[in-house]
Amino acid sequence: MAKKVLMRGTHVLGEAAIRAGCRAYFGYPITPQNELPEYMAAAFVKMDDAVFLQAESELASINMVIGASVAGARVMTSSSSPGVSLKQEGISYLAGMELPAVVVNMMRGGPGLGNIAPSQSDYFQATRGGGHGDYRTIVLAPAYGQEIADMTVAAFDLADHYRTPVMILGDGMMGQMMEPVVLPEPVDLASLPSKDWLLDGCAGRPSRIMRSLWLDPPLLEELNWRLARKYEAITREIPDQEMYLLDDADLVVAAYGTAARIAKGAVHRAREMGIRVGLYRPKTLWPFPAEALAQMSRSIGEIIVFELNIGQMVEDVRLAVEGKCGVSFYGRPGGVVPTPEELARIISSTYHKLESRRHGGADISGEAGLRAVGSV
Amino acid sequence: MLSKIVFSGFGGQGVLMMGYVLATAGMNENKHVTFLPAYGAEMRGGTANCTVVVSDEEIASPIASSPDYAIAMNYPSMVKYQNLVRPGGIMFLNSDLISQGPSRTDITTVQVPANSLAHEMGNDRVLNMVMLGAVNATIGIVPEEALLQAVETLLEGKKRVMIEINQKALSLGARCLSQGH
Repeated sequence: MAKKVLMRGTHVLGEAAIRAGCRAYFGYPITPQNELPEYMAAAFVKMDDAVFLQAESELASINMVIGASVAGARVMTSSSSPGVSLKQEGISYLAGMELPAVVVNMMRGGPGLGNIAPSQSDYFQATRGGGHGDYRTIVLAPAYGQEIADMTVAAFDLADHYRTPVMILGDGMMGQMMEPVVLPEPVDLASLPSKDWLLDGCAGRPSRIMRSLWLDPPLLEELNWRLARKYEAITREIPDQEMYLLDDADLVVAAYGTAARIAKGAVHRAREMGIRVGLYRPKTLWPFPAEALAQMSRSIGEIIVFELNIGQMVEDVRLAVEGKCGVSFYGRPGGVVPTPEELARIISSTYHKLESRRHGGADISGEAGLRAVGSV
Repeated sequence: MLSKIVFSGFGGQGVLMMGYVLATAGMNENKHVTFLPAYGAEMRGGTANCTVVVSDEEIASPIASSPDYAIAMNYPSMVKYQNLVRPGGIMFLNSDLISQGPSRTDITTVQVPANSLAHEMGNDRVLNMVMLGAVNATIGIVPEEALLQAVETLLEGKKRVMIEINQKALSLGARCLSQGH
């Protein structure tokens, strides 16, 4: 078995990216992810075939990503919430030109400059495209050090396969925390599928044009429908989730990333109290793994969506279950990371409300009461 | 078993290294571990702390809101963590810099003169390993050998004498409490 190493999340991501064939990194510093560009700089300076560049701004760096991608490199940029906002224009261009790239967002509290504590404030921005125009980005949400490694490799493969930007959505804690990880084997760059759309010199072949400006509406509509078909295929092919202790569950906690770890601890505690509760953890946020959730919605009483924000993924959960079961929300925004004990109390009170409803008792608070606990 | 340990002190006292060595040793003993450093507007001479969780099962939260053990290398750290340690927990104090212990009576306090022991060894900087040796000998999270091995791997490439003095400091710390310091 390969050797385990103790590494912080940002370093795991950097090393996995290099082993996945990433040979170009462009970025601009922002806490809490600076250890990632630091790692890329230290590694790339020793490599002949790699380029690291700290750009003058986020805008410059994402445009450098476009350039490297068009030339065929496996390329990555990273930032944290406010910095990712600045990159959105370029991400839209990547989507429009169907260019592969990996964009990392180690989220922090917002809006505005917010703070540097772990948060899940950018779910909407990440899963709804983020920039202007009719597009989506694949969004992967690791919850463990090992998943950071595995998902980083997957991100580069998915980006190339679908010719689309892929976002890895972590948070300050995922980036800073060290955990044991088995690093992936390095890929042989020559073994990667060739790209027949590169702008790499047209000697001996017809010239190619790469653009995102389509003044003629029918031509842009054609591109939009092509993208739509691609997004449909992605939605069919890659949704992924962890389903934990759900076989006999009356109650489900839905959470991703750092929140899902806390939720898992809370589920353990609640199980010890005799509550049949499980965890539903999306690993892909877009496409949202709706199918499995929809299937179980007929047999469960309620889904508690737990996020480190004021309620974003909860909308996707509601869409997935289409009213077939109750959906409530508990959140801690602003960089506050609650304990598993706190969430276990929410699970317990929700469970007892469900029980009393089942046995004909009066429901005094319901969802509104629960939400108030979380967001005040 | 799950243990949550907070290490805290001045920046420069090797507080993060203590946690890093313990977490590495725990990993090599095939336990689940997390190491979470405080990050933010940190500065040299300011406060530093990290949280290490060592467990036989998967770790939910790497944060310790009420740690089982807290290690305070300076007085501000003692003040900060004295009310957070869970009842029945242990607080380790660097007694060279902390003359006044916590006022709580429901936690155990262990005094370790980390600065003076390191000074007697001839290297003031290894106070962190003295403390870690004492902590691990008291609460028995990993075998002492695992800590020595972790220092060996983490300091790989440094001078042999550096590795050895850190290992000696760990052993001295492990023995110091039974020898009545």
